[in-house]
Order: sequence, then C-alpha cells, then structure tokens
Amino acid sequence: MSEEKTYSAAGEVAQVRLRRSRWERTRIALGKAPISAWFGMIVIAFYAFVAIFAQFLAPFGEAEIFAKADLPWAMFAEGQAQHFFGTDQIGRDTLSRLIYGAQNTIGIALTTTILSFLIGGSLGLIAVISGSWVDQILSRGVDVLMSIPSLIFALMLLSIFGSSIPSLIMIIAVLDSTRVFRLTRSVAANVVVMDYVEAARLRGEGLGWVMRREILPNIMPPLVAEFGLRFSFVFLTIAALSFLGLGIQPPTADWGSMVRDGSRFIQFVAYDWTLALPSLLPAGAVALLTVAVNFVVDWFLHKTSGLRDEH
Amino acid sequence: MNTDTEQRGEKGDILLDMRDVRIDGFSDERWHHIIKGVDLTLKRGEVLGLIGESGAGKSTLGKAAMGYAQPGCKIKSGSIMFDGMDLMAATEAEKRELWGSRIAYVAQSAAASFNPAHRLLDQTIEATVGHNVNTDEDARRDAVELYDSLSLPEPNTIGERYPHQVSGGQLQRIMTAMAMSPRPDLIIFDEPTTALDVTTQVEVLLAMRNIVERFNTAAIYITHDLAVVAQMADRIKVLRYGEEIEDADTNSMLTAPKEDYTKSLWSVRALEKPESPSDDIVLDIKNIDAAYGRSVKVLKDVSIKVPRGRTVAIVGESGSGKSTTARVVTGLLPPMSGSIEFNGDVLPAELKDRSKDQLRRIQMIYQMADTAMNPKQTVGEIIGRPLDFYHELSGPDRDKRVSELLRLIELDDSFIDRLPSELSGGQKQRICIARALAAEPEVIICDEVTSALDQIVQEGILKLLLRLQKELGITYLFITHDIAVVTAISDEIVVMFQGEVVEQGLKSEILQPPYPDYTKLLLSSVPEMDPNWLDNFVDARD
Amino acid sequence: MHPVITTVLQRLGLGLLTLFLVSIIIFSSIAFLPGDFGEFVLGQNALPETVAAFRRELGLDEPTWLRYIKWVTAVLQGDLGTSFSGRASSGANESRTVVELIAPRLWNTLFLAGVTAIVAVPLSLFLGITAALKRNSLYDRSVNAVTLTTISFPEFFIAYLLIVFLAGYFPTLSTVNDGTEFGERLFKIALPALTMTLVIVAHMMRMTRASIINLLASPYVEMAQLKGVSRSKVILKHVLPNAWAPIATVIAFNLAYLVVGVVVVEVVFVYPGIGQLMVDSVSARDIPVAQACALIFASTYILLNLLADVIGIVTNPRLLHPR
Repeated sequence: MSEEKTYSAAGEVAQVRLRRSRWERTRIALGKAPISAWFGMIVIAFYAFVAIFAQFLAPFGEAEIFAKADLPWAMFAEGQAQHFFGTDQIGRDTLSRLIYGAQNTIGIALTTTILSFLIGGSLGLIAVISGSWVDQILSRGVDVLMSIPSLIFALMLLSIFGSSIPSLIMIIAVLDSTRVFRLTRSVAANVVVMDYVEAARLRGEGLGWVMRREILPNIMPPLVAEFGLRFSFVFLTIAALSFLGLGIQPPTADWGSMVRDGSRFIQFVAYDWTLALPSLLPAGAVALLTVAVNFVVDWFLHKTSGLRDEH
Repeated sequence: MNTDTEQRGEKGDILLDMRDVRIDGFSDERWHHIIKGVDLTLKRGEVLGLIGESGAGKSTLGKAAMGYAQPGCKIKSGSIMFDGMDLMAATEAEKRELWGSRIAYVAQSAAASFNPAHRLLDQTIEATVGHNVNTDEDARRDAVELYDSLSLPEPNTIGERYPHQVSGGQLQRIMTAMAMSPRPDLIIFDEPTTALDVTTQVEVLLAMRNIVERFNTAAIYITHDLAVVAQMADRIKVLRYGEEIEDADTNSMLTAPKEDYTKSLWSVRALEKPESPSDDIVLDIKNIDAAYGRSVKVLKDVSIKVPRGRTVAIVGESGSGKSTTARVVTGLLPPMSGSIEFNGDVLPAELKDRSKDQLRRIQMIYQMADTAMNPKQTVGEIIGRPLDFYHELSGPDRDKRVSELLRLIELDDSFIDRLPSELSGGQKQRICIARALAAEPEVIICDEVTSALDQIVQEGILKLLLRLQKELGITYLFITHDIAVVTAISDEIVVMFQGEVVEQGLKSEILQPPYPDYTKLLLSSVPEMDPNWLDNFVDARD
Repeated sequence: MHPVITTVLQRLGLGLLTLFLVSIIIFSSIAFLPGDFGEFVLGQNALPETVAAFRRELGLDEPTWLRYIKWVTAVLQGDLGTSFSGRASSGANESRTVVELIAPRLWNTLFLAGVTAIVAVPLSLFLGITAALKRNSLYDRSVNAVTLTTISFPEFFIAYLLIVFLAGYFPTLSTVNDGTEFGERLFKIALPALTMTLVIVAHMMRMTRASIINLLASPYVEMAQLKGVSRSKVILKHVLPNAWAPIATVIAFNLAYLVVGVVVVEVVFVYPGIGQLMVDSVSARDIPVAQACALIFASTYILLNLLADVIGIVTNPRLLHPR
C-alpha cells in the first residue's frame, strides 16, 4: 500500500494550536477585554497606588485632631476651610482617614486572604493527594465549620477572643479557609484522577513533586479567580465587622468604622443629603473596590473557562 | 393510522437534497469552517452511511439535514430541500412541525438523551401525539409493538420504566422505537452503537436494520466504523475535515475504493503480526483475586503468563476486568490474594513498597494521550523527567537522549519545546511511548492505546510498537477490546469475561475453532467488511 | 424500605449529627475565655466570693463533658441560660434569662426575613428563569451587570443609598415594639426589607439563571427540541421536573444568607431583632446571649440546607423509581 510514503507522524498537523509567547497572549487577551474589565483593572490599580503611598498622599495625619471641625463640602461653602471632605465628629480630616483607610483595610484583607489560601489551599491539596481517611476527616470537619454562617461564627469568636487586629485576621482567615479548602479540593480532585498524575506516581515520584509540578500548575486559573472572589468577600466581612464596631478599632482609620461613625447624622439626611457623605464616602470606597474585583474576576472566569457560564 | 406499507411518495423519489452546505462552528474564541461545501442526496427508503473520523463534521452534517444547527454552530450557506420544502428558509415553527413527525433523530448517548423524570413510554410517543400523527391510545399500542419488534424484553411493561432502570443497549433500542413511532420519512442515526460493547452492538444493529427495512424508512447512519455502516447502508459517503472524499454504493466502496483515504479506513485490518511462541516468562501473574474497596470481586483467580519479547493481548468487554488486571500489575491496586512474579522474583503488592528499579522496568501507556501528559509541561520535560529520575541524566546528556528518543518514535527535535496542546492525537501517543521508553523498561503495559485514534494513526502507532519490539526486545501487555488490533499486534491472547480468564493461548489457537462459548460470541459479534456479515451472523445463530 | 425514605433518613441523621457537632463548637468556645473573665463581667473591684460564686454558676469547676450535657439538656428544654449583663461587683444579680431577651427579638427578625422572602423569592426566580431563557439578550446582559454590581456592594452601602434617596418617604429608623400595628410595622421595615431584597434577589437570580442554563444544556433538552416539542413545552415538561432540586438549593442557600445579612441591616436601621442583639452581646462580651444567638442562626442555616437536600431527594427520579 502507498500510505507508508504519504504518511509521516511528524507531518501530521490536524488542528494544532499555535503557541504565542506569554506577553503576546496577555496583550491579545487585554485587547479583547470588555469595558467592565478595563474599568475594574484601572480601579484596582488606583486603589493599590493609594494604599501603597498613603503616607505621601494624605494631607494630614491618620489620627491628627483639629480643633475646628468642618462639614463636608465646607471648603466650597466657606472658601477657606482646609479639609476637602470636612472632618469627622472629633475633628480628624476625612480625606486623610479615607486614604489611610485604604492602606489599613486593604492591607488587612489581603493578609487575611493570603493566610486563608495558605491554610485552605495546602489542606485541600493534602486531602486530595492522600485520599481515604485524611480526606474524610478534613472534609467532614470543614462541612461542620461551614454549617455555621461565617459572619455569625466570626461574631461569636470575637466575643471570646476580643477585637484585636491579629485575632481578627486569624479568625476570618481560618473561617474563610474552609471555602478555599472546598474549592481547592474539588478542582484538584479533577486533576488528580488524570493519567499524568498516575503516571508520575507509577514512576515513583514523591508527594512534593506531584503536588508542585503535576497538580499545582493545572489548578492555578480557578484558584486565581477564587483569590479575587475570596478577597472581596473577606474585605466585605471585615468592613461589616468594623461597621458593627467589632472589627478594626480606633484610632486606626478604617472604612467600616468610618461608615459607623458617620451614621449618626443619617437621620437628618431628609433635610440635607450631604450629611450622608460621611457614611457614603467610605461605604462607596468599599463598594467600588469589590465591584472592580468582581468585574475582573468575571472576565477572567469567562476567558479561562471558554464559553462556559459562571459557576 | 399508518400501515406498514403506507408511504407518502414513491420509492426512488428524491427525499432530501443538500447542495454546497457550509457550516461554521465557534471554538477557541473564533469561527472555524466545519463543513466546507458538501452535497448530499437521499432517496426515499434509502439508507446512507455517513462515515469519517473525529473532526470530519459528520454529526454536524447529519443534524444539518434536519435544518438544525447545534448551539455554537451556524449553517452559513447552501440549500437544504426536504421533500420540496426549503429548510434554509423555513421558520423555527415550520421545522418543529417536521421534527419528530417526518424527520426523527437517534442520539449517540441514549442514557443522557432520555429525560430522567419521565417514563420511557411517555417519551416514546411524545412527538407522535404532540404532532397529532396518532392518538394517544393508538400510539401507546403501537409503541408496544415496536418494542416487541426491536426484541426488547417484556415489551408490554418496559415502557412503564424510567430511563435509569434499563440497560444502555435497551435504551438505544427504545430510542429507535421513539424515532420510528411517528413513522417518519427520514431517521438520522448519530453513532447509535458507538458507546456499546460489541456483543450488545450486534443486537442493536440487527434490531435497527430490521425495523428500517420493515417500514422502508430512509435513514442517514453516522459512524466512524466502516464495518458497522456496511451492514446498514445502501450507499456510503466518506467525509474528512468537512469535505467529501468519496460517495459510492456499499459494495463498490468496499471492493473497489477509489481514494487512498477510504482504504486507510480499514488499514488496521490489513496488519497481521506473525506469532512466535516463547517459554521465557518475564511476568507471571498468579491466581489474583482483587476488589475495589470491600465491594464484590472484580478479578477472580486470574493467572496470566507473559513471555519475554512478545505481546500478550488481553481482550474483553467493559467490566471484564482487563484494566483492573493492569492496575494490579502496576501496584495501584494491591490484590486480595495471589502474587505477581517479575523475572522470577515476587513483586511487592503495593506501589510504595516497590524499588525504583522495579518501577522502571514496568512502564505504562494510556488510552487517552491527552490526559496522560501534563498540559503545562513541554515535550522535552515530559520525556526528560524519567531520564533524570531513573538514570540521573542532566544537561546536554539528557538533551541528547531526548533527541534520540524523538527520532526513535519518528519525530524530530522541533518538537522539544512544544506543549501537548500543540500536538496531534498520534503525536501525543508517540510522546507517551517515548516517555515509557526513556525508562528503558522490560515490560510496557498498553491500556487501549489505539482506541481513541483514527484508523490511519492507529496503524502508524501499531507499526511503531512492533518495530520497537523487534529492535529493543520489549514485552507488551496489550489491553484492548478491538479484535482487529489484537490480530495486528499479539503473539498470545487472553480472553476475559466478568473478572475471569476464559481462555489463554497462542493467537492461532484462540482465533481458530473450537471456541469456548464466550470467545465464540465475542469473535462472531465483531462486524466485518462484508455487507452480508450481519445476515450470516443471524443465519449462524439460528 | 423505599430508597427515598432511607436516603431522607440518612440525610436527617447527618443533619442531626451536624447540629450536635455545631453545638459542641459553640459550647466549647466558652472554654477559651481568659482566666480573669469573672472580673471583666463583674467589674474590677468584685469580691473574691462573688467571683467564685459566678464561676460556680457557670460551672467552671465541673468537668467539661458534664457541663456540656447540662447545657444541652437545658437548651433542649428551652433554657438558654442567664445573661451576664445586669450583674454588679457587689454580687447583686439583676440579670435576665436569655430566653426573655431573645424571644421578642426573634419574632421581629423572622417578620423582617419573612417579608423579604415573600417579595424576593418569586421576583428572583422570575428574573433568573427569564434571563436564562433569553440568554445573551440585552435583557439578560443588563440584568446580569446590575446584579453583579449589587452583589459586590456591602449591605450598608445599599442601605445608605436607599436612605439618601427614600428618606423623605420612609422612616430611616425601624423602631418597633410589641404594640406596633401590623400596617405600621410593614411601613417601618420598608427600607430594611428593600435593602435585603436587593441583595438577595441579586444572588438568587444569578444562581437560578446558572442552574437553568445548566439544565438547558443537557442532551435530553436537545433531544426534545429535535422531536419538535414546542419551546414552552420543553420548559414545562422537560426542564421544570428536573429543576426542583437545584431551585430548592438556590432558595435555601439564599434564605440562609438572608439570616446572616439581617445582622448588618438591623444595625443600620436600629431594628430590634436578634442580629442587633447578637452584636450588642458580642460588644458587651455577654457570652450566654451570644452563644444562644449563634446557636439559633446556625440551626436555621442547617435546617434550611437540610430542607433543600430533602426536596432534592424526594424529587430525584432515580431515587423515586429505584431499579
């Protein structure tokens, strides 16, 4: 027969995808990004900038108290006030506290999320790889922890341990790591049944190689997306706790507690809407960041999962 | 009500006429051409076989014959005329009127295509009653008759069951009854037997052919298996990459194909390895019993002797325990009792107790090369890792050896930096072979290594494996359900059924009578390249 | 026994076990209390005898397991203990029982959550299902963008926005008491209920949409289309019977979410509900009250999810019609 002459393995080219360099792929992806994703990325970059350079950007100190308290927009009304957004009820500059708040709130939320990923991610991987009873114990334990709503659980634990920044970070990181565990476990469970993982085990590779080289690179996209979602969730939880007066404590500037401080004017909003600004500004700052993160994650999920819908 | 002989037109009239049909599909964020201008005509009562390999677009074309484009596809241009009606211009409502009354569809996966919430009988007659082709009462009575003529057990009551309560082969026949219920002019069979075992497939094929003949229904039968379509079709159309290669009636297609590509569709059947016996046993599997968890035994007293430098093929259908045997040999599933001797020494039952050297000597190649390679590693890393791990090669030595291995599997250095997603199916499987060779093993376990591949690629892989055996003296334990592959590669054959070894011996002994019952059934159920094979099968059985 | 019954019983058993484990977690939290806790509650200058009596009341000198059994037995009999507040360093004890504190507030919270659910559940199912059916249409995309934005907002932001826009029409403080008339009650909780509705509808609508899209992609739906079944019949006969389980899960999940979201909203509108009570008791470190609130929240959450699972089981044809 004639196939031997016409057929060669190297020449077989059906439907082969072309590879582009990482930079090229990023550029193409960015070019196709929808407006919402661009909006999200710009907002995130702006927040990051403010958070990192808060010390240089803030016109006044974080806890600096001025004798003369200003209302919001006082600068325009009277023309000579020095506080752009006015001051709070004890005379601290609102704009400066917003800027420092970015640093504190985002910093704490980021630390907590990273910690929760370290705990949840590594336990999830261990559960999947070791299987059997280790997996059973960890998974059932997580099921029980997850059956208590996390805000309620956090409130209860805070009543025991008190509200300090370290205990806040630890409590939320541990509670949130249950969600990270669930996700890591389910994503990694899909990878661990792949033949290439079995092939590595048959070769005699150790646990470390299998985890680092075979599984981890293949579960990164969903984990990265989840990091964004978890960050905004943690960020909202911390803001909510601070708003309830149980999170970050004064004099540390923080958006949640600023909302709470501002809320005492809220009953009079019907007479002058600007009285809502002391609450709305920090609340809006929280909302804008979470919206931005969600837009970027939404785009990223669409991109990495092809045509599939969310979830 | 239709009688068995009633027809809407004369036999021989053109029923379906598709001209220059072009279909695009959306994937990887862009549109691709799936069907690139294909013509298709079908006369009343005629059965057309639509054959092609993966990616040929046969299923898309089949659905387009109904005027339907699946989600993510669109029919770009061309004309589709069904019995004088222009399906390209028809509205959704007009097409809906046609579907399920005059055109019916039989899907590949019956298990997923039946609604789990409704009884089978209700689903069988849904379209017939919905289109007012028949009254509810008559349609039910007729469905029972159809079940009976499709040789379904308990035809009077099987329709009262739910989809998960009957077997896959039965579901496929019920779906045929569902398609036949409104007595359509045309039925599209979309790979209806691909998911079935051979012994079930032959029953389903027979039932489908008889009923199509009885009602003189026109059909388009889509499959990748030429031997299967030869039993069903009057005429065969060969597709490749969305284009027509050849269209001829079944007999002339099989006896005198015009195109080389058509011939390559049964190329594996042309291969045959001369067997050579040997008594030098390298791997001795002794009296293995095994089970997953504490459930029922999946292997019962399995003993297999594997001679050095030869190929032992383990054949069986799904659930026969052939893949479990491989898992026991590799140490992934420690047996309940029995032992495995390798070069005369007992191998530890558990993977973790085996030494690096023991692991190196037995390598494995998988069915799905796609999932057997880490998508994030390059070819160089994939082949290089065993060199590094077992032979402590690194730097230029390792690179040199990777190049040698690539040449050994008929590829070249240009592949070193590619990722698996940049390889074709056959190239992927070759890389997996190279990875196994890199360990310098004595035994390679091949688990259905060719069954996911197209025929011509299968042939290439089998030839490569044979050449490597000749040059390097490697022993293969070859697991497959495909008798043609067995003939092509094995010296010895082991037949397994429900966890037990039915028979073991030289290829010539096993493939010749006298047969034990199961072997006979298995061998006789494999369709051959002969349009009369199914008739002969029935004659032989009766 | 019929497999549905066995599976339901198994699931109920698992639910009970979870409740049991959760009660242990909530109970054992008291064991982490710092040693000088008596002084914290009773004041710096509490007499040692008073502190000792307080510790005895808490049972801190008994073994843990005995305390747990006593606590659980008491809880099962409706006795949730006595509040820490109202105690003086002198030993005078004017504290109230936890049940007394919780009962009226629990009713208030259930009222608020109930009103929200009555509005939110039908609305979001309607939005979710229609968006799924008109997938990728302008309607779908705009509903999607709006809800994605809404779920990213903290509850208090939505609450304050509503206050700014609607303060002239509705009360910004939802102070109610036992004597408040039903109509007035509804009027007073308009803003908190609206806030929670917005949050819940966004979540529930997105989840409903996703699960319906998932069902629409199943091969039997394509098969029904290819049988020429009309679009409305495909939805009614082929999608809906299989949609109960996912929809029940979505509703239960979101009602459970409602229970948690209520905490922040109650504080914003100063609504005398159990969420507010829990926040106050946590600030005051009034452990028995906080524990009781946590127990109530957690059991509601567990029971709702249990209910969803049971609905999923009894509508699963594979279990209803075993082989």
